[in-house]
Amino acid sequence: MSHDAQVYVRSQTEFDYIKQKRKKDMRNQVTTFGIMIFLTLISFTAVAAGFSVYLIVPVILLLAAIQVVLQLYYFMHMSEKNHQVVAFFLYSAVLLAFTFILTFLTIIWWG
Amino acid sequence: MDFNKKYTPQTWPDHPEQVTLEGKNKFLGFWLFLGGETVLFASLFATYLALKNKGPSGMEFSTNTLFELPLVFIMTMILLTSSLTSVYAMYHMKNHNFRGMQTWLAITVLLGLAFLGLEIYEFNHYVHLGFHYGQSAFSSAFFTLVGTHGLHVVIGLGWIILLMLRNAKRGFSLYNAPKYYTASLYWHFIDVVWVFIFTVVYLMGVVG
Repeated sequence: MSHDAQVYVRSQTEFDYIKQKRKKDMRNQVTTFGIMIFLTLISFTAVAAGFSVYLIVPVILLLAAIQVVLQLYYFMHMSEKNHQVVAFFLYSAVLLAFTFILTFLTIIWWG
Repeated sequence: MDFNKKYTPQTWPDHPEQVTLEGKNKFLGFWLFLGGETVLFASLFATYLALKNKGPSGMEFSTNTLFELPLVFIMTMILLTSSLTSVYAMYHMKNHNFRGMQTWLAITVLLGLAFLGLEIYEFNHYVHLGFHYGQSAFSSAFFTLVGTHGLHVVIGLGWIILLMLRNAKRGFSLYNAPKYYTASLYWHFIDVVWVFIFTVVYLMGVVG
């Protein structure tokens, strides 16, 4: 079994650089979180304000989709390298998800 | 390989969760599982949408009179914040700061428990109103969808608590890093599902 991991000791410069980089990444994560909170606020406010159903429903679905993409690509690291197979798994599931919803709704409405 | 080998912040790998073969397999296998979870929730969402506000004739409950937005808003904020706290936990894992990670995971668990408490309160409230599991096709679909999500929260909390306790005195190793990583992915996935629940079930329910 290829369980062996090579131990690599970073030089002080490399170590400082990577620490700095992680800090920057973490700041970006907090910004992402801010955007997600903002999108949630818009959704709830739009519903509480009582706009037309035909306006609200597409808008809040779009905002939910954006929020989920942020969650997947930043919080769950799908934007990093080495996630092609992961994306394949997930998008296959999303394709099935849409098929399910379409099928169930059409069976009920036309049945 | 000695799984208990001790690392320092200087030698700790960039992606400790994917260094060993076991870690790589866990990472990939866990994402395959999340794909399966997506399909599970898709079927529950599809059922809910098909049966929303339907049931026996003369049904007294409908989404726009039943749901209360302030409670859902608080639950959403709690769960969203718990997602950020688990990002902080993974940040500390990358920096090989074990105590920092355990602390942020503990905060995540507390937020998760608060969410769970509010959900139990909500379900209890509905049952007292007469909107129980067997009341109508709508109620069954609602409780199955939101309840399955709640069950995931319970499992996620149990998982994180067990990880924290089991490794409390061990510190980081390439053996437990993939475990922490997948647990945090699971917690984020719970939040992903909740985004659709608060939008499709609660917000679209209140709109009509």
